[in-house]
Amino acid sequence: MLARRIIPCLDVKDGKVVKGVQFVGHEVLGDAVDMALRYRDEGADELVLYDITASSEGRTVDYNWVRDIARALDIPFCVAGGIRSAEQAVKCLNSGADKVSINSPALERPDLINELAEMAGSQCVVVGIDSREMALPLPKSVEHFSDKEGQPSKNVDYYVHQYSGDPDKIRQAGRRTLDWVVEARDRGAGEIVLNCMNQDGVRKGYDLKQLRLVRDLLDIPLVASGGAGSTEHFVEVFDQADVSGALAASVFHKKIIHIPDLKRDLRQAGIAVRL
Amino acid sequence: MITVIELGCANTASVLFALERLGVDAHLSSDAAEIAAAQKVVLPGVGAAGFAMNRIHELGLFDVIRGLDVPLLGVCLGQQLLFEGSDEGDVQCLGLIPGRVTRMEASKDFVVPHMGWNQLEVSRDDALTAGVNDGDYAYFVHSFVCPVNDCTLATATYGEPFAAMVRKGQVWGCQFHPERSSSTGARILENFVKL
Repeated sequence: MLARRIIPCLDVKDGKVVKGVQFVGHEVLGDAVDMALRYRDEGADELVLYDITASSEGRTVDYNWVRDIARALDIPFCVAGGIRSAEQAVKCLNSGADKVSINSPALERPDLINELAEMAGSQCVVVGIDSREMALPLPKSVEHFSDKEGQPSKNVDYYVHQYSGDPDKIRQAGRRTLDWVVEARDRGAGEIVLNCMNQDGVRKGYDLKQLRLVRDLLDIPLVASGGAGSTEHFVEVFDQADVSGALAASVFHKKIIHIPDLKRDLRQAGIAVRL
Repeated sequence: MITVIELGCANTASVLFALERLGVDAHLSSDAAEIAAAQKVVLPGVGAAGFAMNRIHELGLFDVIRGLDVPLLGVCLGQQLLFEGSDEGDVQCLGLIPGRVTRMEASKDFVVPHMGWNQLEVSRDDALTAGVNDGDYAYFVHSFVCPVNDCTLATATYGEPFAAMVRKGQVWGCQFHPERSSSTGARILENFVKL
């Protein structure tokens, strides 16, 4: 049986794994290769390595550490950060990455998804989506449909956000999440990582409602991201949102959840995992 | 010395690195004469069957690969290329293993690509499957599948069973990525090295 995947996400800067400390630089957690191997030993099914400064420094991923990780690691890994062209993606894959994940650049130029899928195959193309539920004011033309209190109706829905890595640049991308998910799939994405921003970093559980809505639209793998805080959260995201994988960062880095214990508990809860 | 065929598809580096981890002398080549003289050959591949077969023809490798009398291991798309043909681009493949590669039908319950760790069921004993047990996990990423037949060494099931490992004579194949399948994958590559 196909196992559900547990995917630690590592933020990498200059070959080191770092933990963001708001606005005051980054604390180094360890060497990227060492940390990747540690998670491999603990039973991680896949890793995401995110070059956190690539986008803001206007460059692409540093292929040197991609190659170092590929040389050492014997589980799959995905590389994210600043990939803006099919050529850059192919360089990453040729350096040994199994997949590349694109987020803001795909919103800037959606054809990037098609180009990547054509050059490397859909199975290498992950589209990351930062999404949150919010109310947008309705256009003036429909404002007269106001509710009982005379307040203008709002468009409450899930909306895609862009440049979420940078607090000064983050903005709403002007797209409904459910539309963008389908478009990304149609353009050739092989997997969607849905980062539910309402839940991100608060460790109160994945956004099951949003994930379920997206899952119901998809026949490609969906990975949940944002909100993991306990084993129970992983159980419910697999049981209730039926995702292929669950991604998390801080609970693993801060050793709140130990992957071997998590996998044992998941198996006890009847969820197929690789032990 | 193992020669890894470089078709210009992505991912050949990972196979080379995995062999390096085993302490094996391996190198990349797309040169017909070099491949014809190789002691052992790996045919990796990620991407589309049509693109890969075109490259094989352009590089003059079609008859070279078909004529090899040393162990050959096809990995992922490389295994699919060993079959007679593929529905992916309706392309004629190498014809070293009987049968045709077909598309996995995506559904809500069985999302495609089939991506992740799935379990192997060993169909028969073979040098390549030595030490591999039923239920061992391997890492798969693919949207097309190879049929189960007399050449099947191991199956995996995703909706339907399909050929996860194959063998005919000196030709072997893995649908999964041994270079990304942790200790099980390393064992299989080591078995290939020892052939």
